[in-house]
Amino acid sequence: MPLRIIALSYIGLLIALPVGFVFYKAFQHGFLAAWNSVTTPDALSALWLTLGVVVIAVTMDTIFGVGVSLILARHRFPGVWLLDAFVDLPLALSPVVVGISLILVYGRTGWFGNWLAAHGIEVIFSLPGIVMASATVALPYVVRSVLPVLQEIGTDQEQAAATLGASTFTVFRRITLPSIRRGLAYGVTLTTARVLGEFGAVLVVSGAILGKTQTMTLFIQSSIENLDPTGAFAGAVILILISIVVLALLGSEAKDERRTSRWRSRSHQSPSVTEMPLLSTT
Amino acid sequence: MLRVIAGLEMPDAGIVEIDDQDLTNVAVRERGVGFCFQHYAPFRHLTVRKNVAFGLEVRKRPKAEIKEKVDELLELVRIGHLADRYPSQLSGGQRQRMALARALAIEPRVLLLDEPFGALDAQVRQQLRVWLRQLHKKISVTTVLVTHDQEEALEVADRLAIIHEGRLEQIGDPAEMYDHPANEFVMKFLGPTTELNGEWVRPHDLVLHPDDTFGGQPGVVERIAHLGFEVRIDLKLHNGGTTWVQLSRGAAAELHLTTGGLVWVSRSQLATAATEPPTPQLSAL
Repeated sequence: MPLRIIALSYIGLLIALPVGFVFYKAFQHGFLAAWNSVTTPDALSALWLTLGVVVIAVTMDTIFGVGVSLILARHRFPGVWLLDAFVDLPLALSPVVVGISLILVYGRTGWFGNWLAAHGIEVIFSLPGIVMASATVALPYVVRSVLPVLQEIGTDQEQAAATLGASTFTVFRRITLPSIRRGLAYGVTLTTARVLGEFGAVLVVSGAILGKTQTMTLFIQSSIENLDPTGAFAGAVILILISIVVLALLGSEAKDERRTSRWRSRSHQSPSVTEMPLLSTT
Repeated sequence: MLRVIAGLEMPDAGIVEIDDQDLTNVAVRERGVGFCFQHYAPFRHLTVRKNVAFGLEVRKRPKAEIKEKVDELLELVRIGHLADRYPSQLSGGQRQRMALARALAIEPRVLLLDEPFGALDAQVRQQLRVWLRQLHKKISVTTVLVTHDQEEALEVADRLAIIHEGRLEQIGDPAEMYDHPANEFVMKFLGPTTELNGEWVRPHDLVLHPDDTFGGQPGVVERIAHLGFEVRIDLKLHNGGTTWVQLSRGAAAELHLTTGGLVWVSRSQLATAATEPPTPQLSAL
C-alpha cells in the first residue's frame, strides 16, 4: 500500500500537477484569450514548422533506424561495434553540443558552409538545419526499440519465407516488418515525442527567427520572455495535445494485445482445447 | 547439409543437383525446395491458414485456388480445425504439421526435414513417425530427413546416409546397412555391438550352446538380466575376453542358463560384421 501511495504522489507531483497547472494557466483568462494567442501568425507559423519538422525528421529516423537495426542484427563486419556506439552518441551529448557541431560543419564559416552557400542551400538558420538537429538528437530511439526485437525473432522466419519463394523485399514487408511492428511503433512514438519537444539543439541551429524558424518550443520560450504567459501556456497545451494524439495512435499499436485477447475470448467458448487424435486411421 | 541443398548456405566444394539440374548457384527462392526447420519457424503474426498460404500468395495464385489448396493441405496434415489460430496457440506436434503443410504448399521438388521430431516428446514422436510414413506414401515427394535418432532413421527411410564428423560413412538401404555396415562406426551407430574373437558382432547374432558340438568359444555366465522380451547374458570367456549375448525369452529358457554355468558361444549364420569401406560418394544421393 505505501508503495502505491509513494508511486502515485511521485507521478502526481512531477507530472500531473504541473501539467494540470499548465492547462489552468492557459485558460485562466478564458478560452478565447488562449485561442487568440495561439492563432497569431507567429504562433501558427511555429505550429506548422513544428509539425513539418516532426514529419520529416521522424520519417528519416524511422527509415535510418530500421536500416541500422537490420545491419546491427544481421551482419557481422569489422567496426560494427563503432556503428553501434555512434547510434547512442546523441543520448550522451547535450543537445546544445549537437546544435553547435552542426553549425561547425554546415554553418557559413563551417566546412561545407561555403560550398552550400555558393549553391544556394541554406542549412543553418533554416528548415534543413532544424530537421537535422531534431533527427540527430532523436536518432537512437528507433534503433534501440527495434534492435532487441530483431535479435529475439532471429532469422528462421525470414529464411523460411525465402524457401517459399519470397523475394528479399517481400520477406521484409510481409515477415520482418510485421514482426517488429510493436517495437517500431514504440520507437516512432519516442522519436516523435523527442522531436516535438526538442529545444536546445533547435535553438542553436535555427536562430529562432520569429515567424520563420521558430518552432513551438521556441515560441513558448519567447512568449515567456515577452511577458505573454497566456501565449506560452496555450502553446504548451497544443504541444501536450499533439503528444496525446501521437501516444494514442502509436501507443495503442505498441501495446497491441489483439492476439492474446482473441485467444482468450476463443478459449471462453470452448474451454477444453485438446489435441486431436493423430491417427484417426486413413 | 540441408541448408546447402535449400540454398541457405553455399557448399565449400561440389554442386547441388536436383533432377539432374545443377542448382548450386540458383537463389533460395527459385529452388522450389520445401524446408521444415528444426523449430518450425512459424510466421508468428499470421494464422495457420495464412502461414500455409504464404508460398502460394507470393506466387500470386488466384484467391480461390489458394483457398482450395490450403484447405486440402490442412486436412492432409489434420489441422483443418485449427486454421484460424495463431502458431502460439498450437502444440509442438501441431506446429510441426503446419510447417509441413506450408512447405508442401509450393509443391516442392524436394522436401527437407531438419530433425522434425527432435523437439517433441517420445510418444508424439512415435505417432508422428508413423503418420509421416503414411503421408509420404500419399504425396510421394523425395524427402531428406536429418535425425540423430538411428531408430527413427531405420524406421522412416528408404535410403539411409550416415554422416560422421562431416564425412559420409555409408549410404544405402537401411536393412542392408544394418546387416553389412561399411565400418565400425556405422555398425555401432545402427545398433548394439559386442566383441567376439576380436571382431565386432551384434549381440543378437550370437548363439549359445550347452556343449561344444558346434564348436565356439567356451565361457562362464557372469550375469543374466531379464529386460522384458529380451534376455541379456554377460559372459566371461576362457580366453580372457568378455562379451554379451542378446536372446529372446524363449531361447534363454530352453538353455536352462545359470550364473556361473559353462556355455559355448559362436556366431549365427546371419551374423553381421563390419567390412572395410569402399570410398563413399556424396553424389550418390
